[in-house]
Amino acid sequence: MSSEQVRDELTIGPPGSQYSMPPAEGPADSSEELTYQYGLEVEARSQWAYARRRFFRHRLALGSLIVILLIFGAGVFANLIAPYKYDQINLNALSAAPSRHHIFGTDSAGRDSFSRVLFGIRTSARVGILVGVLSTLIGTIMGGLAGYYGGWADNLLMRITDLFLTLPLLAVLLVAAKYLGHSTPTKLALLLAFLIWTQIARIVRGSFLSLREKEYVEAAKAAGAGDLRIMLRHMLPNTIGPIVVSATLTIGTAILLEAVLSFLGFGIQPPTPALGALLNEGQDQGIDKWWLVTFPGIVIVIIVLCINFIGDGLRDALDPTQRRVRS
Amino acid sequence: MLTYIIRRFLYSIPVLVATSFLIFTFVSLTGDPLGRLRANPNITAEQIHSIEHDKNLDKPVIIRYGYWVRDAVTKKFGTTLFGNRPIWPDLKRVIGHTLQFILSAIIISLILGILIGVYSALRQYSLFDYTATTLSFIGFATPVFWLALMLQVLMVQIYLKWNIRIFYTSGLSSSVGAGHGIHFLIDRVQHLALPVIALCALSTATYSRFMRASMLEVLNSDYVRTARAKGLIERRVIMRHAFRNALIPLITVVALDFGGLFAGAIVTETIFTLDGMGYYFVNSLFASDPYPVMAWLMVVATMVILFNLIADILYGVFDPRIRYE
Repeated sequence: MSSEQVRDELTIGPPGSQYSMPPAEGPADSSEELTYQYGLEVEARSQWAYARRRFFRHRLALGSLIVILLIFGAGVFANLIAPYKYDQINLNALSAAPSRHHIFGTDSAGRDSFSRVLFGIRTSARVGILVGVLSTLIGTIMGGLAGYYGGWADNLLMRITDLFLTLPLLAVLLVAAKYLGHSTPTKLALLLAFLIWTQIARIVRGSFLSLREKEYVEAAKAAGAGDLRIMLRHMLPNTIGPIVVSATLTIGTAILLEAVLSFLGFGIQPPTPALGALLNEGQDQGIDKWWLVTFPGIVIVIIVLCINFIGDGLRDALDPTQRRVRS
Repeated sequence: MLTYIIRRFLYSIPVLVATSFLIFTFVSLTGDPLGRLRANPNITAEQIHSIEHDKNLDKPVIIRYGYWVRDAVTKKFGTTLFGNRPIWPDLKRVIGHTLQFILSAIIISLILGILIGVYSALRQYSLFDYTATTLSFIGFATPVFWLALMLQVLMVQIYLKWNIRIFYTSGLSSSVGAGHGIHFLIDRVQHLALPVIALCALSTATYSRFMRASMLEVLNSDYVRTARAKGLIERRVIMRHAFRNALIPLITVVALDFGGLFAGAIVTETIFTLDGMGYYFVNSLFASDPYPVMAWLMVVATMVILFNLIADILYGVFDPRIRYE
């Protein structure tokens, strides 16, 4: 790392100015403190450390990360946290409105809605994360091949993109999901990943197309590096920012799509609680039982909102060239 | 300009043909439409063979595609697989309803989006701007179907508590007493209001964010500075120089959003049981009938391509910097 870069990031300034570091607390060696105060002592940081610092400074994104960890954590540990089992029937409280015993109310079979939402979060989070990982993998590989070599990978990518420009994604998903039959969360996640990887692939393709012309890639080629090495060591690290951002946003998209598919009855089927499936049941049991459709939906909105904020924070942290000023 | 329009129009024909082939292979590859009949022990193999023969299902995909295109062109998409019901009369009816529904949603969200976006840009970082920003972020995270459900819940609760019916929560018109003329119109508005609100929310959020960004960009441009420097009153600078130029890129956004509105129609029409394209699509899917599904996809693809064509032409009309040579 060049010294100029370090200075740019740390920006030396007198104490009290917005750039200076807070003085170290407690008694310290006075000379050491002085150099520290004036930013004369420079700590070496990796690019990741800078990214982390930028992310943690983005308060909304940090807060969202905490909220999402809490929500997903509640889903993962649902069997420890949930007051009831998701299929436990309480005959004394059929279709009960929210109360002290059932804070989200119960459905017509007397099952506790709060517990079902917790287990639903587990299913939806699993689908979302699986889709995020899978579509990022496929998208990065296909986008990389398309951008670097062109050829069949590029053709395939562009034709699928054309298809989605003329047909609504939801319609295509519904047709595909219909013929898959009764979906398990894993099957649904595979389906979603195989249909939405093109978004990440297009980003990687665009980036690889422009990186291919860079001098350092030419230099690596001249030094005798193979295609694989150039792609993995020289081009991929320079694309990692946009990839991480869109992988994050894909999780949110996947959770929304899972919810709408399950809600329409083409996704995860009733015995397994998923957030969309819970809304479907809630609607079937009569719209006057407002608690059954309100709470699972609020959870979806909070999850997606937080994921979008985290994506924004990551964009600012990883891709400083694209920083959007308070937009 | 005219040659551009003609060329652009001719170019969309191969796109449409390619799309029809993709739709056909996609729908045929995803499953066996007769699977349900095969599983039924009361239906003999001969009966299945005769259906297969009638509908040419025993031929290879490429030949079936030929038959399908022939039927689509000469017999208006032919008939459904089960019950041999003609597809086009049904489809024509629901297209009319859905276009009413989607176009009113586009117009309303355009008006709202432009007003909110422009005002946010003019009063950047004001309370209004922050509120609009927050609301649009929530709008992006809210599934359309849940918003539709919540509107229903709200109306039902109001009805149960105070016995007031502001809007209806299902159907397109009242089956009895819809009336004529102005009464019919009011009845229709009362029925369509909730689905249109649900459909508008996301588009309004998208358009207003985009309009705000576009307006801010134009306000910082050189020609707006020039307009101010030559002493024009602020109102004229904004209306004549900034606003009109900021509107142009919105055309593309609306065109790209058009396909998404059909996705929105699928969920809202299902929830509000509106006799429209989305409801028709979901019902055809539940019936495992590939022919209306393919006809539907084809109609939507044609409309999206047509809409994009119009958007491209409008772009050229409004932005003289774009030259089509």
